[in-house]
Amino acid sequence: MAKYLAKRIFYLVLTLFIVITVTFFLMKLLPGTPLTNQAKLSKSQIALIYEQYGLNKPVWQQYLLYLAGAVRGNFGTSFQFSDQPVSYLLSSRIGPSLQIGLQAMIFGVIIGIIVGSFGAMKQNTWVDTSATFVSILGISIPSFVLAVLLQYYLGLKLGWFPIAEWGGFIYTVLPTLALGATPLAESARFVRTEMVDVLSSDYIELAKAKGLSRTGVIYHHALRNSLIPLITIVGPLAVNIMTGSMVVENIFSIPGIGEQFVKSVLTNDYPTIMGLTIIYSFMLCVVLLFTDILYGIVDPRIRITGKAN
Amino acid sequence: MADTVKLPEDSFKPISADDRTALDSEKIAAPSLTFAQDAWRRLRKNKGAWISLIVLAIVFIMAFGSIFVSPHDPNAVNPSYANLPSKIPGIGINGFNGTLVQAGQRVDAYKQAGASNLHYIMGTDYLGRDLFSRVLYGTRISLIIALVATLFDLTIGVTYGMFSGWKGGRIDTIMQRIIEIILSIPNLVVIVLLILILKPGMTSIIIAIALTSWTNMARLVRAQTMELKEQEFILAARTLGERPMQIAFKHLLPNLSSVIIINTMFTIPNAIFFEATLSYIGIGISSPQASLGTLLNDGQKNFQFLPYQMWWPALVLSIIMLAFNLLGDGLRDAFDPRTKE
Repeated sequence: MAKYLAKRIFYLVLTLFIVITVTFFLMKLLPGTPLTNQAKLSKSQIALIYEQYGLNKPVWQQYLLYLAGAVRGNFGTSFQFSDQPVSYLLSSRIGPSLQIGLQAMIFGVIIGIIVGSFGAMKQNTWVDTSATFVSILGISIPSFVLAVLLQYYLGLKLGWFPIAEWGGFIYTVLPTLALGATPLAESARFVRTEMVDVLSSDYIELAKAKGLSRTGVIYHHALRNSLIPLITIVGPLAVNIMTGSMVVENIFSIPGIGEQFVKSVLTNDYPTIMGLTIIYSFMLCVVLLFTDILYGIVDPRIRITGKAN
Repeated sequence: MADTVKLPEDSFKPISADDRTALDSEKIAAPSLTFAQDAWRRLRKNKGAWISLIVLAIVFIMAFGSIFVSPHDPNAVNPSYANLPSKIPGIGINGFNGTLVQAGQRVDAYKQAGASNLHYIMGTDYLGRDLFSRVLYGTRISLIIALVATLFDLTIGVTYGMFSGWKGGRIDTIMQRIIEIILSIPNLVVIVLLILILKPGMTSIIIAIALTSWTNMARLVRAQTMELKEQEFILAARTLGERPMQIAFKHLLPNLSSVIIINTMFTIPNAIFFEATLSYIGIGISSPQASLGTLLNDGQKNFQFLPYQMWWPALVLSIIMLAFNLLGDGLRDAFDPRTKE
């Protein structure tokens, strides 16, 4: 286990190193300069600005400096907001994104499990059909369309929730719903398929034969065994939420990193884009590592160390 | 051999034509179907998938047919007819009859604009362009982007997966590590970075989507290839001295086709979704070109007062996504009946 963990962490660091390197050189390839009105600036002014941001050094030196900084959590200074370090900008914005992302994940997966297991239990009835319909619909409607519809109907027309901004918990409800739709649909689909499989297995027959109650069979045997593989889709769902958050945060004007990413892209704020790319892949790597380890712990049938297949 | 069987003389005569038909009628055999015929039969039994296939066919015909026959020019600006709601002749339901609520009163917007004799099925946008023509045009652009990107990612993904699975060993490990690294950055982030470098536009969106979405295909194809290459018919082909390229095309590819087709059905809606997201953020297709994403973005600005401008593109986008997803599910069941309970 310890050996496996060490290996995985080594790969995580290697991956991040490659991500940093590739994004750095990609950013150097980008057309355009960070200066808004280059024509209005004199040569010496431009030189001063370049010096301030360290852009006057040779590329390899900039790269080494950036790498050294990144290890210590320093991603340079934002081009968009002068004198604002990227790390400060991001750390002040990551909170709302994490909160909404986690809420969406928890909400989506829990409701998804309920919908999916009802579908499997009442297989081939109208319950099953409507559960399948909900999950197909959730996958087919893009989160940003859902966000606008929720904002208009629940926020503006009915006035139940604030339509935008960031405040207490009530402000997170609509974005959570919009982002949680896909995880809900995906996990409902997944749980249904798994549970249909599990329900026809021998140990369920045995449990029924022993005379266990219906709820006992479902809760203790069927549900638990069908939930384990659900861990494997947490990674892809995390990607989905990260992607969705870029647009959803924009729609609800939430001061999160997704909104910042779009803003930075539109204003050519390279250091912030780089910092965000690294943060995103770091989060994703951690989620993937975490789910892999968890999978091994929860299901003893899968031994992490001897992944022969 | 005490008992000798005495066969009557006439049992050695050829049977008459009447007897032959009598024998045939006792035969119980279905016509033997090829794999494709069998899959097709199962697909037609699946109602959702069958309807999706028809819907997609209609969408394709309408989107690409609009090159030749379009109700209006999708780019013709006509400010005096701006923001007209949808009006379908013969339907009197509010929302489809050309009326709209203005200052608390329901008024006929077409009469106001002096266009009572005209009707726009989906209404017009803020520049007076026919929304129906624009949705058709946008659908076409979205589909082209998705199809071309998928075609590229098919080629990259299938080649990469087959090569990795076939070679195995160290090469396979390295190639899989590369995929893991690509997968550890959210796709949209990579796409955005690539588009920034290539400058926004249709080509760069296609390239960006193609370069990022092949990983899934590569993984599936690799797994299947590893399974297939252990089987006897591949061994036979190798023993007969066929070159790896020949084996790949003659033996592997036909056996991989179901995996490839199914995965394509899920890649296309993904590409459509990415394109819509990018255009929605504002770094995708730029005007005067339109895609479903830009139409959604335009419509969303006026959603409070002219909701139809967003509803129509949203509806079309969702229907296309829904149809591809259902068709993908249906194809998976059709190609691999074991997955269906």
